[in-house]
Order: sequence, then structure tokens, then C-alpha cells
Amino acid sequence: MTAAAFPPRMPFVTARWRKSSALPGFNLTLGFTLFYLSAVILIPLAALAIKPWSLGAGGVWNVITQPRVVHALELSFGGSAIGAAINIVFGLAVAWTLVRYDFPGKRLIDAFVDLPFALPTAVAGIALSTLYAPNGWLGAPLAALGIKAAYAPLGVIIALTFIGLPFVVRTLQPVLTDLGREAEEASATLGATRLQTFRRVVLPALLPALMTGGTLAFARAVGEYGSVIFIAGNLPMKSEIAPLLIVIKLEEFDYAGAAAIGLTMLVASFFILLVLNLIQRVLLARR
Amino acid sequence: MSLIVDKVTKRFDRFAALNDVSFTAPKGAFVALLGPSGSGKTTLLRILGGLEFADTGRVSYENEDWLAKPARDRRAGFVFQHYALFRHMTVEKNIAFGLEVRPRKIRPGRAEIARRVKELLSLVQLDDLGRRYPSQLSGGQRQRVALARALAIEPRMLLLDEPFGALDAKVRKDLRHWLRSLHERLGLMTIFVTHDQEEALELADLVAVMNQGRIEQIAPPQELRDKPATPFVADFLGQGGEREAAVIPLRPRGR
Amino acid sequence: MPRRATEDSLATRLIVSIASIGFIVLFLLMPLITVFSQALAQGFDAALTALEEPDAWYAIKLTLFTAAIAVPLNAVFGIAASWAIAKFDFWGKGFLVTLIDLPFSVSPVISGLVYVLIFGMAGWFGPWLRDHDIKIIFALPGIVLATMFVTFPFVARELIPLMEDQGREEEEAAVSLGASGFSTFWRVTLPNIKWGLLYGVLLCNARAMGEFGAVSVVSGHIRGQTDTMPLQVEVLYNDYQFVGAFAVASVLALLALVTLTLKSFLEWRYADEIAATHRH
Repeated sequence: MTAAAFPPRMPFVTARWRKSSALPGFNLTLGFTLFYLSAVILIPLAALAIKPWSLGAGGVWNVITQPRVVHALELSFGGSAIGAAINIVFGLAVAWTLVRYDFPGKRLIDAFVDLPFALPTAVAGIALSTLYAPNGWLGAPLAALGIKAAYAPLGVIIALTFIGLPFVVRTLQPVLTDLGREAEEASATLGATRLQTFRRVVLPALLPALMTGGTLAFARAVGEYGSVIFIAGNLPMKSEIAPLLIVIKLEEFDYAGAAAIGLTMLVASFFILLVLNLIQRVLLARR
Repeated sequence: MSLIVDKVTKRFDRFAALNDVSFTAPKGAFVALLGPSGSGKTTLLRILGGLEFADTGRVSYENEDWLAKPARDRRAGFVFQHYALFRHMTVEKNIAFGLEVRPRKIRPGRAEIARRVKELLSLVQLDDLGRRYPSQLSGGQRQRVALARALAIEPRMLLLDEPFGALDAKVRKDLRHWLRSLHERLGLMTIFVTHDQEEALELADLVAVMNQGRIEQIAPPQELRDKPATPFVADFLGQGGEREAAVIPLRPRGR
Repeated sequence: MPRRATEDSLATRLIVSIASIGFIVLFLLMPLITVFSQALAQGFDAALTALEEPDAWYAIKLTLFTAAIAVPLNAVFGIAASWAIAKFDFWGKGFLVTLIDLPFSVSPVISGLVYVLIFGMAGWFGPWLRDHDIKIIFALPGIVLATMFVTFPFVARELIPLMEDQGREEEEAAVSLGASGFSTFWRVTLPNIKWGLLYGVLLCNARAMGEFGAVSVVSGHIRGQTDTMPLQVEVLYNDYQFVGAFAVASVLALLALVTLTLKSFLEWRYADEIAATHRH
């Protein structure tokens, strides 16, 4: 009996898009994944994309060009950028300390860096607000210097800095660790001082990671709500952030207006992230 | 003929890993699939094991439509190149796995499973290592566990993917002899993939020399040596002796 | 003896470490201390009493309940998604992973907003829900949904790189030995991913219990009914009940510290068996 007795094998019928596999469960798991993703994330986001247009394109434009809205967006995006910048500088210092130096309690501090990530935003919010209030532990000395921290834009920046720190540090640490000492050793043997080595050898190598970390911190800060609204004071046109404006519009039942601002935030973030990614790609390509 | 492979083709995108491959092997044969990397030998082995699917062609084994059965049901013991031992299970548990996952009706009792595991450990000469974890074993030991695991399901054929590839020369030689004597003892159809022609010629009853998705020649080792069917076969077996030895002069000095 | 070529000078080391530790103390430690000291400002008993208030107690239960629903659901999703992505090849895989990461780039407020747009009074299903007397927004289901949105990627993000790293061979071996799909997953895959799964669930839970913005939008702030712990903190604080607010905040802060401890422990002990890259 030869193999010819069996029906010829059909060219294995699989959709071109998928390489067939001996492991089971593909349809079940992919099906569930797509269903759950659509139900929880995609369809709700679609609602956000659709709702503003009930005002018409002109209506949407009117909403987002209102001075109050413009200011809120500027504060959210601008404050996040400043916070990210601060975090890039100090995050680098922290990462450097944790990777290159040794001291008792280092592990503890290393774990502690994740606090803003683990701490509920409302808790951070009231803590920062109390701390920087005119009679707070840090607010009082600042007030004595004539600096208003709480209930002012500075407070917003402080909160946005708090929220972004772990992103920079955690992105830098593995890169610093992987960097190793060889390049620095080579630089030293060629006569460079530590500072020169840092500026010319280490920093350029860290640039992509710094950008990534900063971008992550920025993205997180833009949408931040809970840690900011207590310390901000929330004065329209002064210390009101965009997410808060969304909440206010919702409370006024202006769904379309809220959605318009939300959509604008998402689109703006998307473009900024795209640009940052491209810059990073260019930076990497040049090496 | 126990195993009949008939015009099997397998493409990955546009690349034909296997191109119209056909051969047969008698019951209990020890077959080697020999060739350089990219020749398709592992792909063919995986198709026989049910881990890949052929695009066209048929395979019959012991008068069954082999390709119609899913891997689960074939009872083709597969030994992976990097062993694929279950890292979180002890050696005993690894070996017992195929028995423990059998449907309740045909699953042996616990005592029976333990007995069989012990038997297999003896067979592969790892008697006292049952409680160890794969990470605690040497390469050669892991290989033997992988073999024992495949044998536990009383396979109808044994498929080995470069079984000795990752081991050093001495261990390789020892395991080779041992595998051959095991085959003699069990009489199981065994198909193994290798790029080492010495290994193939030494161990197998039938060697299929493969190149770029085709079988150049399949024959007993002696016949391959005496009568290579194509220049590739002659070359690959390191002969070049049937052709006129071409003397290539070294560059004359001074040039 | 001259110092090693790659060692910073003493001055540099002092400046950098003091700057970094100073930064951490200023920005991270002081707020944390503030939480506890404000809670205990009137003594331990006062704080305890504040926590026993029915509203506070209800908030605790609601928070736990929400997490108990959202976290397992997202964990199941994470497992299913990473199985599909790690064990198979298909077109659009990269795109799928990007979509799964989406909630991370979305503001919490927007995460709540989207559900209001669908289930709110003026939303897509608003009138239908009202007619059938089903409450989603301003009720528990809405809170759970918003929490699910915000914590959506956590488990998947841990498991996908981990399972991709672990490859498919063990599963292929299991199948060749006769195991069914479920058997393969349960006996071979799950033991290999258990620490990564635990890690992901830990992070998912911390976020679920602490979520504020998204829940704030969907909850309606109805005390004793739709206030989770973070919302209760806000309510009490705005009411100038500082001891109460910080007392509840302390409980949340303690939860955060426990999370950090467990997280560090898992990272230290099981570094190889949790995701290769730790992304936030």
C-alpha cells in the first residue's frame, strides 16, 4: 500500500497572514484578546474620536481656541516639559549615583525611586499641597523668599516633576550598567579628565536613553490629574491644567466640549511623541 | 516499506525549504538526514513530528495518513536540539510527563508511571539523578533525559534533531555508540538530523543526503561512499576521490 | 595611590550623590513623611477613629472590590494576549502590542471620560440604560470599567517579553508528548511565567487601588456609595478634615510601600523570571 492511497494533501489551507503552528489555542486567545481590547479600549476611544464632531469642525475649533482652554493646554504641556527637563538632569544624577557609587542603604533608595509610580496620585496630591502651602514645611521658607509654590504654576511644575522621576531613572539605569567602563578607560588613557570623558564619551552614549526617559516622563505628566489639582489652586488662566478643564466641562454636561479638549490632548501628545521618536531615530542614525 | 514520504513541499514565504521530497524507509530503520544548514533536514523532521505543516505532499507510516494526525496523536517521540526539557520539573517529572497527560482512561496509575520512569532512568544510565533539575545536569545528561522522556510514551518513531550538536567531541562519541546500541535493542524506526557526515555514516542504515530542500541521494552508507549519485554528494562526503584530483599549483614565487 | 581611571574625584562623588539624594529626599521622602505626620497630627487614636467612619470604611471596601474584579480580568487578558503574541507568528503583531500599550499614554481623566461618553446620560447608551434602570456611570460598574481601562496593559506588558524570551520549544515538546492545549499551558507554561505573572498582578493591583482621575470622572462622588479610597481622600481634604484625609491617605501610602517592597523582592530574587525589561 502506497501513499497514493491517501487523499492528496491540500496546499495547507491557512490564511496568508498567519504562519501555521503546531501549538494550540491561537484562535481562542487571539479572539479573546481582540474582543477584550475592542470592548475595553478601542470602542471607548472611538467614542472620544467621534463625539467632538457633533459640534462640527468649526465648533471644535472654537472650543479649543478659547483662551481658558489654550492656557490650560499650555500649562499642561509646558509644565510637563519643564518637569521632564528637571527630571532629565536630576534623574541622571540619581541613576549615576545608584549605578556607579556604593554606599549603605543604596538598595533602599533604589527601591524608593519607584515611589511616585506606586503611590496613588491623590495621596501625592494632598501631601504636596500641604508641604508647599504657605505654612507648610517647604512652603514657609519659600514664602519667606517671596516664592509662591502652592496655588501657583510653580506648584504644578513641582507635582509634574514628582510624577516623572522614576521614568528617567529606570530608563537610564540599565543603559548605564551596560555601558561598562571600557570606553571611559580608553578616554582616560588618552589623557581626558573625568569631566571631558563625561561630556564627550558618556553623555553622548546616554543621549538616546535620556530622551526616551524624558519622553516617558513628559507623556505621563501631560495627562496627570490627581497629584496636581490639590497643589495647583486651579485658578482659571493661571494654574488650571487641561485634565481639570475636561472634568469641569463634564460637570457642566458639555460632553462634546470635554471630548474636544480630550481629543486635542491625545492628538497633540501623539504628534509630540512622534517627533521626539524621530529625533531619537536621527540621533541614533548619526552614530 | 514502513515510512513513505511522497513529494513533500514546504515554503516559508517564497523560500522553498523543502522541494518535492520523496523517500521510503523500512520498518525499524535507522535513518540519517544529512546535509549543510539550510538543506531542509530539520524542516522535514519537524513535519514528520507534526511541529510544522507541509504545503503539499503525503506521508504514510505503517499504512496511516501520517500528516492528517495532529502532533499530539502521532506518538512520534521528538528530541530537540537544545533538549527543551521542562525547566521547572525534575528529571523524573520530565520523563513522566507524556504519561501523566494521557486522558484519564488510558493513563497508567501512579505506581505504574513511577515504575516506568525508573526503568527509563536505568536505560539511559541516569539512575540516581531523578530528583535533579535540568539546570543541574550536564549537556550529555540532559540529552539522555530528553531521550528518556521521548521514549516514555512508547513512540512509534523516534525523531532526533541534531542530538549531539551541542556536546563536546568525547561525549558525542560515547553517546553515538550508546544510541546505536539502544536502537538495536528497541528496533524502533529512528530518524535523526545531522550535519556531521562521519556521524551519519557511522550510525545509520540509510542516509539521505539533502541539499537546498531536495534529497540528493538516499542509500546505505557504503553505497554512498562507493557510488555517490551527484557531485554534491561526493563533495559533501569529503571524497572528491572519484574525480580526477585536480592539482592546483600554488602561486609561483615572486609574483 | 592615584584613584582608578574611571573613578570620579571625591568632590564629584560628593556633589553628585548629595544632589541626587537631596533631590530624592526633597521630592519623594518629604511628601511621604507629610502623609504620615499629618495623619498622626492629633494622635494615633484620632487617625484610627477617622478610619472607622462608615464612609471611610465603605471606601475601603469599594476599593478592594473594584480591584478584585479589575485585576483578575486584566490578568486573564494579559495571559491570553501574551500566549497569542509569544507562541505564534502573525501579521499585525507589532501593531497589536502598540494598541495594548495605548492606555499608558492616555490621561486618567480621559480614561474615565470615554466611558461617560458611552454610558453617561447623554452618551451612546445613555437613554437606553436609563430606560432599563441600569446604572453604569455614577455606580460600581463604571468605576470598575474605568479602573480596567487604566490598568489594562500591566500584566500583558510583563508577560509578553517574558514569554517571547522563553520561546516555544517547551510547549512544542509538550505537544509532541501528547499534551492538550490546556495541559500544555497549565503544566509547562504557567510554572515558567508564575513570577512574571505575580509581578504584573502586583503592579496592576497597586494602580487599580490607587487610581484617582479616571474613577473621579465616572463616580459622581456619592459618599458612601461611589467613593473609593482615593476619592474619599479628596472629599475629606476639600472638607478640611485633614486628619481623616491623611488617615485614609496613610493606608494607601502603606499599600504603596508594601507594593514597593514586594516589587523589589521579586526583582532581586527572580530577576531572570520576570520581564527582561522593566518598563513603566
